[in-house]
Amino acid sequence: MKNRKKAFEKFVHGIFLILGLITVGCVLLITLYLIVSGIPAIRKIGLWKFLFGKVWESASEQPSYGILPFILTSIYGTAGAIVIGVPIGFLTAVYLSKIASERVKSIVETAVSLLAGIPSVVYGLVGMLILVPQIRKLFHVPDGASLLAAIIVLAVMILPSIIKVSITALDAVPKEYEDASLALGATEIETYFKVSVPAAKSGIAAAVVLGIGRAIGEAMAVMMVSGNVANMPGLFQSVRFLTTAVASEMSYSSGLQREALFSIALILFLFIMMINAALNFFLKGRKEV
Amino acid sequence: MKRNIGILLMTVMTAGLLFGCGQKEEGGSVSTDGSTSMEKVIGALGEAFEGENQGVTFTYNPTGSGTGIQAVSEGRCDIGLSSRSLTDEEKGQGLTETVLAYDGIALIVNPENPVEDLSMETAAKIYTGEISNWKDIGGADQEIVLIGREAGSGTRDGFESVTETEDACKYRQELTSTGDVITTVAGNPGAIGYVSLASVSDNVKVVSVNGVMPEEKTVKDKSYVLQRPFVLVTKTDQELSETAQKFFGYITSEDAAEIISGAGAVPVN
Repeated sequence: MKNRKKAFEKFVHGIFLILGLITVGCVLLITLYLIVSGIPAIRKIGLWKFLFGKVWESASEQPSYGILPFILTSIYGTAGAIVIGVPIGFLTAVYLSKIASERVKSIVETAVSLLAGIPSVVYGLVGMLILVPQIRKLFHVPDGASLLAAIIVLAVMILPSIIKVSITALDAVPKEYEDASLALGATEIETYFKVSVPAAKSGIAAAVVLGIGRAIGEAMAVMMVSGNVANMPGLFQSVRFLTTAVASEMSYSSGLQREALFSIALILFLFIMMINAALNFFLKGRKEV
Repeated sequence: MKRNIGILLMTVMTAGLLFGCGQKEEGGSVSTDGSTSMEKVIGALGEAFEGENQGVTFTYNPTGSGTGIQAVSEGRCDIGLSSRSLTDEEKGQGLTETVLAYDGIALIVNPENPVEDLSMETAAKIYTGEISNWKDIGGADQEIVLIGREAGSGTRDGFESVTETEDACKYRQELTSTGDVITTVAGNPGAIGYVSLASVSDNVKVVSVNGVMPEEKTVKDKSYVLQRPFVLVTKTDQELSETAQKFFGYITSEDAAEIISGAGAVPVN
Protein backbone atom coordinates (compact mmCIF):
# COMPACT_ATOMS: atom_id res chain seq x y z
CA MET A 1 0.00 0.00 0.00
CA LYS A 2 2.70 2.39 1.02
CA ASN A 3 4.70 1.53 -2.05
CA ARG A 4 1.72 2.17 -4.20
CA LYS A 5 1.24 5.56 -2.68
CA LYS A 6 4.86 6.34 -3.25
CA ALA A 7 4.69 5.24 -6.83
CA PHE A 8 1.64 7.44 -7.37
CA GLU A 9 3.46 10.39 -5.81
CA LYS A 10 6.36 9.80 -8.12
CA PHE A 11 4.05 9.54 -11.08
CA VAL A 12 2.36 12.88 -10.34
CA HIS A 13 5.75 14.39 -9.70
CA GLY A 14 6.83 13.23 -13.12
CA ILE A 15 3.78 14.75 -14.80
CA PHE A 16 4.44 18.12 -13.19
CA LEU A 17 8.05 17.91 -14.25
CA ILE A 18 7.05 17.24 -17.85
CA LEU A 19 4.58 20.12 -17.84
CA GLY A 20 7.25 22.40 -16.44
CA LEU A 21 9.73 21.26 -19.03
CA ILE A 22 7.32 22.16 -21.87
CA THR A 23 7.92 25.85 -21.23
CA VAL A 24 11.65 25.40 -20.91
CA GLY A 25 11.57 23.25 -24.04
CA CYS A 26 9.77 25.98 -26.00
CA VAL A 27 12.35 28.56 -25.02
CA LEU A 28 15.21 26.24 -25.91
CA LEU A 29 13.58 25.28 -29.19
CA ILE A 30 13.03 28.89 -30.23
CA THR A 31 16.54 29.89 -29.20
CA LEU A 32 18.07 27.00 -31.02
CA TYR A 33 15.95 27.54 -34.11
CA LEU A 34 16.80 31.24 -34.25
CA ILE A 35 20.50 30.57 -33.87
CA VAL A 36 20.53 27.78 -36.44
CA SER A 37 18.51 29.71 -39.01
CA GLY A 38 19.99 33.12 -38.20
CA ILE A 39 23.70 32.32 -38.37
CA PRO A 40 24.02 31.24 -42.06
CA ALA A 41 23.00 34.59 -43.53
CA ILE A 42 25.29 36.47 -41.15
CA ARG A 43 28.15 34.26 -42.26
CA LYS A 44 27.33 34.80 -45.93
CA ILE A 45 26.96 38.55 -45.57
CA GLY A 46 29.66 39.08 -42.97
CA LEU A 47 28.92 40.16 -39.40
CA TRP A 48 30.40 43.64 -39.78
CA LYS A 49 28.61 44.33 -43.07
CA PHE A 50 25.37 43.00 -41.64
CA LEU A 51 25.38 44.92 -38.37
CA PHE A 52 26.92 48.17 -39.60
CA GLY A 53 25.84 48.29 -43.23
CA LYS A 54 23.69 51.34 -43.85
CA VAL A 55 21.82 50.07 -46.90
CA TRP A 56 19.07 47.46 -46.91
CA GLU A 57 17.95 46.50 -50.39
CA SER A 58 16.90 42.92 -50.01
CA ALA A 59 14.95 42.48 -53.25
CA SER A 60 17.19 44.33 -55.68
CA GLU A 61 19.47 42.82 -58.32
CA GLN A 62 22.53 43.42 -56.20
CA PRO A 63 21.05 43.00 -52.77
CA SER A 64 22.68 44.58 -49.77
CA TYR A 65 21.80 43.59 -46.28
CA GLY A 66 22.85 46.24 -43.79
CA ILE A 67 20.64 46.49 -40.73
CA LEU A 68 22.19 49.49 -38.98
CA PRO A 69 19.15 51.63 -39.90
CA PHE A 70 16.86 49.10 -38.21
CA ILE A 71 19.00 48.81 -35.10
CA LEU A 72 19.27 52.57 -34.69
CA THR A 73 15.58 53.05 -35.37
CA SER A 74 14.68 50.47 -32.75
CA ILE A 75 16.99 52.11 -30.23
CA TYR A 76 15.84 55.67 -30.99
CA GLY A 77 12.19 54.65 -31.09
CA THR A 78 12.40 52.84 -27.78
CA ALA A 79 14.39 55.66 -26.17
CA GLY A 80 11.85 58.19 -27.40
CA ALA A 81 8.96 56.16 -26.06
CA ILE A 82 10.73 55.88 -22.70
CA VAL A 83 11.44 59.62 -22.57
CA ILE A 84 7.75 60.39 -23.10
CA GLY A 85 6.20 57.38 -21.40
CA VAL A 86 8.25 57.05 -18.20
CA PRO A 87 7.59 60.50 -16.67
CA ILE A 88 3.87 60.16 -17.35
CA GLY A 89 3.69 56.58 -16.14
CA PHE A 90 5.88 57.13 -13.11
CA LEU A 91 4.05 60.22 -11.89
CA THR A 92 0.70 58.51 -12.49
CA ALA A 93 1.91 55.61 -10.36
CA VAL A 94 3.01 57.90 -7.52
CA TYR A 95 -0.33 59.69 -7.65
CA LEU A 96 -2.37 56.49 -7.70
CA SER A 97 -0.35 54.74 -5.03
CA LYS A 98 0.02 57.58 -2.54
CA ILE A 99 -2.27 60.52 -3.19
CA ALA A 100 -5.43 59.40 -4.98
CA SER A 101 -8.57 58.42 -3.07
CA GLU A 102 -9.67 54.79 -3.22
CA ARG A 103 -12.45 55.64 -5.68
CA VAL A 104 -10.21 57.49 -8.10
CA LYS A 105 -7.58 54.80 -7.78
CA SER A 106 -9.96 52.00 -8.67
CA ILE A 107 -11.37 53.88 -11.68
CA VAL A 108 -7.96 54.83 -13.06
CA GLU A 109 -6.53 51.37 -12.47
CA THR A 110 -9.40 49.86 -14.44
CA ALA A 111 -8.69 52.28 -17.26
CA VAL A 112 -5.01 51.35 -17.19
CA SER A 113 -5.86 47.65 -17.34
CA LEU A 114 -8.13 48.31 -20.30
CA LEU A 115 -5.32 50.19 -22.03
CA ALA A 116 -3.12 47.14 -21.53
CA GLY A 117 -5.77 44.90 -23.06
CA ILE A 118 -6.24 46.82 -26.30
CA PRO A 119 -4.77 44.81 -29.18
CA SER A 120 -1.77 46.43 -30.82
CA VAL A 121 -3.44 46.48 -34.23
CA VAL A 122 -6.04 48.83 -32.77
CA TYR A 123 -3.30 51.19 -31.57
CA GLY A 124 -1.89 51.03 -35.07
CA LEU A 125 -5.23 51.75 -36.71
CA VAL A 126 -5.95 54.75 -34.50
CA GLY A 127 -2.41 55.97 -35.09
CA MET A 128 -2.77 55.57 -38.84
CA LEU A 129 -6.14 57.30 -39.12
CA ILE A 130 -5.74 60.07 -36.53
CA LEU A 131 -2.14 60.54 -35.42
CA VAL A 132 -0.40 60.35 -38.81
CA PRO A 133 -2.59 62.96 -40.60
CA GLN A 134 -2.37 65.24 -37.53
CA ILE A 135 1.43 65.09 -37.54
CA ARG A 136 1.39 65.94 -41.26
CA LYS A 137 -0.76 69.03 -40.65
CA LEU A 138 0.88 70.14 -37.41
CA PHE A 139 4.49 69.99 -38.57
CA HIS A 140 3.83 70.80 -42.26
CA VAL A 141 5.65 67.72 -43.49
CA PRO A 142 4.55 65.96 -46.69
CA ASP A 143 3.67 62.78 -44.85
CA GLY A 144 3.05 62.03 -41.18
CA ALA A 145 4.11 58.39 -41.07
CA SER A 146 7.38 58.74 -39.23
CA LEU A 147 9.56 57.86 -36.28
CA LEU A 148 7.70 60.48 -34.25
CA ALA A 149 4.35 58.79 -34.86
CA ALA A 150 5.83 55.45 -33.81
CA ILE A 151 7.35 56.98 -30.67
CA ILE A 152 4.00 58.45 -29.61
CA VAL A 153 2.15 55.19 -30.20
CA LEU A 154 4.81 53.21 -28.33
CA ALA A 155 4.79 55.69 -25.43
CA VAL A 156 1.06 55.10 -24.95
CA MET A 157 1.48 51.34 -25.31
CA ILE A 158 4.13 51.05 -22.59
CA LEU A 159 2.20 53.17 -20.07
CA PRO A 160 0.21 50.27 -18.57
CA SER A 161 3.27 48.13 -17.78
CA ILE A 162 5.14 51.08 -16.29
CA ILE A 163 2.18 52.24 -14.19
CA LYS A 164 1.23 48.80 -12.90
CA VAL A 165 4.70 47.63 -11.91
CA SER A 166 5.54 51.00 -10.36
CA ILE A 167 2.34 50.94 -8.29
CA THR A 168 3.17 47.48 -6.99
CA ALA A 169 6.64 48.67 -6.00
CA LEU A 170 5.36 51.84 -4.35
CA ASP A 171 2.60 49.99 -2.49
CA ALA A 172 5.20 47.63 -1.05
CA VAL A 173 7.11 50.45 0.71
CA PRO A 174 6.58 49.90 4.49
CA LYS A 175 4.22 52.49 5.93
CA GLU A 176 6.64 53.03 8.86
CA TYR A 177 9.15 54.73 6.54
CA GLU A 178 6.57 57.28 5.47
CA ASP A 179 5.20 57.75 8.99
CA ALA A 180 8.70 58.40 10.29
CA SER A 181 9.35 60.95 7.56
CA LEU A 182 6.06 62.72 8.24
CA ALA A 183 6.74 62.70 11.98
CA LEU A 184 10.04 64.44 11.34
CA GLY A 185 8.14 67.31 9.73
CA ALA A 186 8.50 66.52 6.02
CA THR A 187 5.49 67.39 3.87
CA GLU A 188 3.61 64.60 2.09
CA ILE A 189 5.09 65.37 -1.30
CA GLU A 190 8.60 65.48 0.20
CA THR A 191 7.95 62.15 1.84
CA TYR A 192 6.77 60.51 -1.39
CA PHE A 193 9.67 61.71 -3.49
CA LYS A 194 12.45 61.51 -0.91
CA VAL A 195 11.41 58.40 1.03
CA SER A 196 8.88 56.25 -0.86
CA VAL A 197 10.34 56.56 -4.35
CA PRO A 198 13.96 55.86 -3.33
CA ALA A 199 12.75 52.85 -1.32
CA ALA A 200 10.92 51.54 -4.40
CA LYS A 201 13.62 52.44 -6.88
CA SER A 202 14.55 48.95 -7.98
CA GLY A 203 10.90 48.14 -8.65
CA ILE A 204 10.51 51.31 -10.66
CA ALA A 205 13.67 50.50 -12.59
CA ALA A 206 12.16 47.09 -13.35
CA ALA A 207 9.04 48.88 -14.64
CA VAL A 208 11.14 50.97 -17.00
CA VAL A 209 13.02 47.92 -18.27
CA LEU A 210 9.70 46.14 -18.82
CA GLY A 211 8.54 49.16 -20.82
CA ILE A 212 11.70 49.01 -22.93
CA GLY A 213 11.06 45.33 -23.57
CA ARG A 214 7.52 45.97 -24.69
CA ALA A 215 8.53 48.90 -26.92
CA ILE A 216 11.39 47.14 -28.67
CA GLY A 217 9.32 44.04 -29.34
CA GLU A 218 6.24 45.75 -30.74
CA ALA A 219 5.65 45.20 -34.45
CA MET A 220 2.08 45.57 -35.61
CA ALA A 221 1.23 49.04 -34.34
CA VAL A 222 4.62 50.40 -35.37
CA MET A 223 4.34 48.93 -38.84
CA MET A 224 1.13 50.84 -39.45
CA VAL A 225 2.44 54.29 -38.50
CA SER A 226 6.15 54.38 -39.27
CA GLY A 227 6.17 54.15 -43.08
CA ASN A 228 8.51 51.13 -43.22
CA VAL A 229 11.23 52.51 -45.48
CA ALA A 230 14.76 51.46 -44.57
CA ASN A 231 16.06 55.00 -43.99
CA MET A 232 18.53 56.03 -41.35
CA PRO A 233 16.35 57.31 -38.51
CA GLY A 234 15.19 60.92 -38.35
CA LEU A 235 12.24 62.25 -36.40
CA PHE A 236 10.12 62.93 -39.50
CA GLN A 237 11.64 60.21 -41.64
CA SER A 238 9.84 57.12 -42.72
CA VAL A 239 11.65 54.39 -40.77
CA ARG A 240 11.74 50.65 -40.26
CA PHE A 241 12.25 48.91 -36.91
CA LEU A 242 13.92 45.54 -36.32
CA THR A 243 10.53 43.97 -35.71
CA THR A 244 8.84 45.49 -38.74
CA ALA A 245 11.80 44.59 -40.95
CA VAL A 246 11.09 40.95 -40.19
CA ALA A 247 7.32 41.22 -40.31
CA SER A 248 6.94 43.28 -43.46
CA GLU A 249 9.13 41.18 -45.74
CA MET A 250 8.62 37.69 -44.37
CA SER A 251 5.52 36.83 -46.36
CA TYR A 252 7.13 37.38 -49.76
CA SER A 253 10.74 36.58 -49.05
CA SER A 254 12.90 33.80 -50.42
CA GLY A 255 16.50 32.63 -50.43
CA LEU A 256 19.13 34.76 -48.74
CA GLN A 257 16.57 37.49 -48.09
CA ARG A 258 14.58 35.10 -45.91
CA GLU A 259 17.70 33.89 -44.14
CA ALA A 260 18.69 37.50 -43.47
CA LEU A 261 15.27 38.11 -41.92
CA PHE A 262 15.96 35.27 -39.49
CA SER A 263 19.29 36.92 -38.70
CA ILE A 264 17.44 40.15 -37.91
CA ALA A 265 15.17 38.15 -35.62
CA LEU A 266 18.27 36.72 -33.94
CA ILE A 267 19.66 40.23 -33.32
CA LEU A 268 16.29 41.30 -31.93
CA PHE A 269 16.28 38.22 -29.74
CA LEU A 270 19.71 39.15 -28.37
CA PHE A 271 18.40 42.62 -27.54
CA ILE A 272 15.44 41.11 -25.69
CA MET A 273 17.77 38.74 -23.82
CA MET A 274 19.88 41.66 -22.66
CA ILE A 275 16.77 43.48 -21.51
CA ASN A 276 15.62 40.39 -19.63
CA ALA A 277 19.01 40.09 -17.98
CA ALA A 278 18.72 43.71 -16.89
CA LEU A 279 15.23 43.03 -15.57
CA ASN A 280 16.46 40.07 -13.56
CA PHE A 281 19.25 42.19 -12.17
CA PHE A 282 16.84 44.85 -10.94
CA LEU A 283 14.36 42.35 -9.51
CA LYS A 284 17.11 40.58 -7.58
CA GLY A 285 18.30 43.95 -6.34
CA ARG A 286 14.85 44.58 -4.94
CA LYS A 287 14.89 41.41 -2.88
CA GLU A 288 18.17 42.35 -1.27
CA VAL A 289 16.94 45.79 -0.18
CA MET B 1 -23.61 -0.37 -28.02
CA LYS B 2 -20.73 1.82 -27.06
CA ARG B 3 -18.29 -0.56 -28.63
CA ASN B 4 -20.34 -0.60 -31.83
CA ILE B 5 -20.14 3.14 -32.07
CA GLY B 6 -16.43 2.88 -31.49
CA ILE B 7 -16.01 0.43 -34.32
CA LEU B 8 -18.19 2.52 -36.59
CA LEU B 9 -16.14 5.62 -35.80
CA MET B 10 -12.94 3.77 -36.49
CA THR B 11 -14.21 2.51 -39.81
CA VAL B 12 -15.28 5.97 -40.82
CA MET B 13 -11.97 7.46 -39.77
CA THR B 14 -9.96 4.81 -41.57
CA ALA B 15 -12.06 5.36 -44.65
CA GLY B 16 -11.49 9.08 -44.27
CA LEU B 17 -7.77 8.48 -44.08
CA LEU B 18 -7.78 6.40 -47.22
CA PHE B 19 -9.90 8.81 -49.20
CA GLY B 20 -8.08 11.76 -47.66
CA CYS B 21 -5.04 10.66 -49.62
CA GLY B 22 -7.26 11.35 -52.59
CA GLN B 23 -6.16 8.72 -55.04
CA LYS B 24 -9.35 8.50 -57.02
CA GLU B 25 -12.36 9.47 -54.93
CA GLU B 26 -14.93 12.20 -55.33
CA GLY B 27 -14.17 13.47 -51.82
CA GLY B 28 -10.68 14.68 -52.72
CA SER B 29 -9.16 18.01 -51.89
CA VAL B 30 -7.28 20.79 -53.60
CA SER B 31 -4.96 23.04 -51.66
CA THR B 32 -3.66 26.32 -52.99
CA ASP B 33 -1.22 28.67 -51.35
CA GLY B 34 0.20 32.03 -52.31
CA SER B 35 -0.49 35.52 -53.58
CA THR B 36 -2.80 37.65 -51.49
CA SER B 37 -3.66 39.67 -54.61
CA MET B 38 -5.28 36.58 -56.08
CA GLU B 39 -7.57 36.06 -53.10
CA LYS B 40 -10.75 37.29 -54.82
CA VAL B 41 -10.16 35.38 -58.04
CA ILE B 42 -9.08 32.07 -56.57
CA GLY B 43 -11.71 32.29 -53.83
CA ALA B 44 -14.51 32.66 -56.39
CA LEU B 45 -13.09 29.83 -58.52
CA GLY B 46 -12.73 27.54 -55.52
CA GLU B 47 -16.28 28.20 -54.43
CA ALA B 48 -17.65 27.45 -57.89
CA PHE B 49 -15.57 24.27 -58.12
CA GLU B 50 -16.81 23.07 -54.75
CA GLY B 51 -20.35 23.80 -55.83
CA GLU B 52 -20.02 21.71 -58.95
CA ASN B 53 -18.21 18.79 -57.32
CA GLN B 54 -19.97 17.64 -54.18
CA GLY B 55 -17.68 16.53 -51.38
CA VAL B 56 -14.56 18.14 -52.72
CA THR B 57 -12.79 20.50 -50.38
CA PHE B 58 -10.88 23.50 -51.63
CA THR B 59 -8.42 25.40 -49.47
CA TYR B 60 -6.58 28.65 -50.09
CA ASN B 61 -3.83 29.93 -47.87
CA PRO B 62 -3.19 33.66 -48.44
CA THR B 63 0.51 33.88 -47.68
CA GLY B 64 2.08 35.81 -50.54
CA SER B 65 3.60 34.87 -53.88
CA GLY B 66 7.02 33.91 -52.52
CA THR B 67 5.62 31.66 -49.82
CA GLY B 68 3.18 30.07 -52.25
CA ILE B 69 5.94 29.20 -54.69
CA GLN B 70 8.00 27.76 -51.87
CA ALA B 71 5.01 25.79 -50.59
CA VAL B 72 4.43 24.09 -53.93
CA SER B 73 8.10 23.25 -54.38
CA GLU B 74 8.13 21.68 -50.90
CA GLY B 75 4.94 19.78 -51.71
CA ARG B 76 2.89 21.50 -49.02
CA CYS B 77 0.14 22.42 -51.49
CA ASP B 78 -1.13 21.27 -54.88
CA ILE B 79 -1.04 24.56 -56.74
CA GLY B 80 0.98 27.63 -55.87
CA LEU B 81 -0.38 31.08 -56.69
CA SER B 82 1.87 33.88 -57.77
CA SER B 83 1.06 37.38 -58.95
CA ARG B 84 4.38 37.64 -60.76
CA SER B 85 6.11 35.47 -63.31
CA LEU B 86 8.51 32.88 -61.95
CA THR B 87 12.18 33.80 -61.81
CA ASP B 88 14.69 31.68 -63.71
CA GLU B 89 15.99 30.43 -60.37
CA GLU B 90 12.54 29.19 -59.46
CA LYS B 91 11.99 27.57 -62.86
CA GLY B 92 15.34 25.86 -62.41
CA GLN B 93 13.97 24.24 -59.25
CA GLY B 94 11.47 22.29 -61.35
CA LEU B 95 8.46 24.58 -61.31
CA THR B 96 6.13 25.39 -64.19
CA GLU B 97 3.98 28.47 -64.59
CA THR B 98 0.57 28.71 -66.25
CA VAL B 99 -0.92 32.17 -66.68
CA LEU B 100 -4.48 32.21 -65.37
CA ALA B 101 -5.40 35.84 -65.84
CA TYR B 102 -4.11 39.39 -66.08
CA ASP B 103 -4.50 42.01 -63.44
CA GLY B 104 -4.38 45.70 -64.14
CA ILE B 105 -2.43 47.79 -61.65
CA ALA B 106 -4.21 51.07 -61.02
CA LEU B 107 -2.44 54.28 -60.08
CA ILE B 108 -4.44 56.01 -57.38
CA VAL B 109 -4.29 59.55 -56.00
CA ASN B 110 -6.23 61.51 -53.42
CA PRO B 111 -9.67 62.65 -54.70
CA GLU B 112 -8.62 66.29 -54.10
CA ASN B 113 -5.81 65.92 -56.63
CA PRO B 114 -6.65 67.55 -60.00
CA VAL B 115 -4.26 65.33 -61.99
CA GLU B 116 -6.22 63.02 -64.33
CA ASP B 117 -3.65 61.31 -66.50
CA LEU B 118 -0.02 60.27 -66.28
CA SER B 119 2.13 58.84 -69.01
CA MET B 120 4.14 55.74 -68.22
CA GLU B 121 7.37 57.78 -68.26
CA THR B 122 5.92 60.38 -65.93
CA ALA B 123 4.82 57.65 -63.53
CA ALA B 124 8.33 56.21 -63.61
CA LYS B 125 9.86 59.67 -63.09
CA ILE B 126 7.55 60.31 -60.16
CA TYR B 127 8.50 57.04 -58.49
CA THR B 128 12.23 57.52 -59.03
CA GLY B 129 12.02 60.98 -57.50
CA GLU B 130 12.84 62.90 -60.69
CA ILE B 131 9.52 64.69 -60.42
CA SER B 132 8.82 65.50 -56.81
CA ASN B 133 6.13 68.15 -56.88
CA TRP B 134 2.60 67.92 -58.23
CA LYS B 135 2.83 71.43 -59.72
CA ASP B 136 5.29 70.14 -62.35
CA ILE B 137 2.61 67.92 -63.83
CA GLY B 138 -0.43 70.14 -63.54
CA GLY B 139 -1.33 69.65 -59.90
CA ALA B 140 -1.21 71.82 -56.79
CA ASP B 141 2.08 73.05 -55.32
CA GLN B 142 2.56 70.05 -53.11
CA GLU B 143 5.29 67.52 -52.57
CA ILE B 144 4.48 64.10 -54.03
CA VAL B 145 4.27 61.42 -51.37
CA LEU B 146 5.13 58.02 -52.83
CA ILE B 147 3.24 55.12 -51.34
CA GLY B 148 4.37 51.63 -52.27
CA ARG B 149 4.37 48.03 -51.15
CA GLU B 150 7.03 46.04 -49.31
CA ALA B 151 9.94 44.39 -51.12
CA GLY B 152 8.81 41.08 -52.59
CA SER B 153 5.16 42.06 -52.96
CA GLY B 154 3.67 40.95 -56.26
CA THR B 155 2.02 44.30 -56.86
CA ARG B 156 5.29 46.15 -56.26
CA ASP B 157 7.20 43.76 -58.43
CA GLY B 158 4.54 44.11 -61.13
CA PHE B 159 4.56 47.89 -60.98
CA GLU B 160 8.33 48.26 -60.89
CA SER B 161 8.96 45.79 -63.67
CA VAL B 162 6.39 47.36 -66.00
CA THR B 163 7.60 50.91 -65.34
CA GLU B 164 11.23 49.75 -65.30
CA THR B 165 11.94 51.36 -61.97
CA GLU B 166 13.30 48.29 -60.18
CA ASP B 167 15.30 49.21 -57.10
CA ALA B 168 15.05 52.89 -58.00
CA CYS B 169 11.80 53.89 -56.32
CA LYS B 170 12.12 56.49 -53.59
CA TYR B 171 9.25 55.38 -51.42
CA ARG B 172 8.02 57.48 -48.58
CA GLN B 173 6.00 54.57 -47.20
CA GLU B 174 6.23 50.85 -47.84
CA LEU B 175 2.99 49.31 -46.66
CA THR B 176 2.16 45.65 -46.35
CA SER B 177 -1.37 45.51 -47.72
CA THR B 178 -3.53 46.94 -50.47
CA GLY B 179 -5.99 48.23 -47.88
CA ASP B 180 -3.26 50.19 -46.11
CA VAL B 181 -2.20 51.79 -49.40
CA ILE B 182 -5.77 52.90 -50.16
CA THR B 183 -6.30 54.23 -46.63
CA THR B 184 -3.05 56.18 -46.72
CA VAL B 185 -3.66 57.68 -50.17
CA ALA B 186 -7.21 58.61 -49.17
CA GLY B 187 -5.83 60.43 -46.14
CA ASN B 188 -3.03 62.45 -47.75
CA PRO B 189 -3.71 65.00 -50.54
CA GLY B 190 -0.15 64.67 -51.86
CA ALA B 191 -0.05 60.90 -52.04
CA ILE B 192 0.11 58.54 -55.01
CA GLY B 193 -0.05 54.77 -54.77
CA TYR B 194 -0.54 51.65 -56.84
CA VAL B 195 -3.01 48.85 -56.16
CA SER B 196 -4.56 45.94 -57.94
CA LEU B 197 -7.41 47.08 -60.20
CA ALA B 198 -9.80 44.71 -58.47
CA SER B 199 -9.22 46.41 -55.11
CA VAL B 200 -9.85 50.03 -56.08
CA SER B 201 -12.48 51.70 -53.92
CA ASP B 202 -14.42 54.96 -54.07
CA ASN B 203 -12.37 56.94 -51.58
CA VAL B 204 -9.43 57.30 -53.98
CA LYS B 205 -9.18 58.56 -57.55
CA VAL B 206 -7.85 56.36 -60.35
CA VAL B 207 -5.72 58.16 -62.94
CA SER B 208 -5.42 56.97 -66.53
CA VAL B 209 -2.07 55.84 -67.90
CA ASN B 210 -1.05 56.99 -71.40
CA GLY B 211 -4.63 58.26 -71.71
CA VAL B 212 -6.19 54.85 -71.07
CA MET B 213 -8.31 54.12 -68.01
CA PRO B 214 -7.73 50.71 -66.44
CA GLU B 215 -10.75 48.54 -67.27
CA GLU B 216 -11.21 44.91 -68.12
CA LYS B 217 -11.39 45.69 -71.82
CA THR B 218 -8.29 47.86 -71.88
CA VAL B 219 -6.27 45.39 -69.84
CA LYS B 220 -7.27 42.53 -72.10
CA ASP B 221 -6.43 44.29 -75.37
CA LYS B 222 -3.21 45.43 -73.68
CA SER B 223 -3.87 49.12 -74.42
CA TYR B 224 -3.64 49.68 -70.68
CA VAL B 225 0.02 49.00 -70.12
CA LEU B 226 0.25 48.77 -66.35
CA GLN B 227 -0.67 45.10 -65.89
CA ARG B 228 0.75 41.84 -64.57
CA PRO B 229 -0.04 38.12 -64.78
CA PHE B 230 -1.75 35.89 -62.23
CA VAL B 231 0.18 32.66 -62.37
CA LEU B 232 -0.56 29.07 -61.33
CA VAL B 233 2.59 27.30 -60.18
CA THR B 234 2.97 23.53 -60.39
CA LYS B 235 5.79 21.03 -60.25
CA THR B 236 7.14 20.15 -63.67
CA ASP B 237 8.03 16.52 -63.07
CA GLN B 238 5.15 15.55 -60.80
CA GLU B 239 1.55 14.97 -61.79
CA LEU B 240 -1.23 16.63 -59.86
CA SER B 241 -3.65 14.48 -57.88
CA GLU B 242 -6.81 13.71 -59.79
CA THR B 243 -8.89 16.31 -58.00
CA ALA B 244 -6.21 18.95 -58.32
CA GLN B 245 -5.87 18.16 -62.03
CA LYS B 246 -9.62 18.54 -62.42
CA PHE B 247 -9.52 21.86 -60.62
CA PHE B 248 -6.61 23.02 -62.75
CA GLY B 249 -8.49 22.09 -65.92
CA TYR B 250 -11.63 23.78 -64.66
CA ILE B 251 -10.08 27.14 -63.79
CA THR B 252 -8.15 27.37 -67.05
CA SER B 253 -11.23 26.51 -69.10
CA GLU B 254 -13.50 29.00 -70.82
CA ASP B 255 -16.27 28.26 -68.33
CA ALA B 256 -14.24 29.83 -65.58
CA ALA B 257 -13.59 33.02 -67.54
CA GLU B 258 -16.82 34.61 -66.37
CA ILE B 259 -16.01 33.91 -62.74
CA ILE B 260 -12.52 35.38 -63.14
CA SER B 261 -13.80 38.57 -64.70
CA GLY B 262 -16.52 38.72 -62.04
CA ALA B 263 -13.72 38.82 -59.47
CA GLY B 264 -12.09 41.81 -61.15
CA ALA B 265 -9.29 40.20 -63.15
CA VAL B 266 -9.02 39.60 -66.86
CA PRO B 267 -9.05 35.90 -67.94
CA VAL B 268 -6.57 34.63 -70.49
CA ASN B 269 -9.04 32.30 -72.24
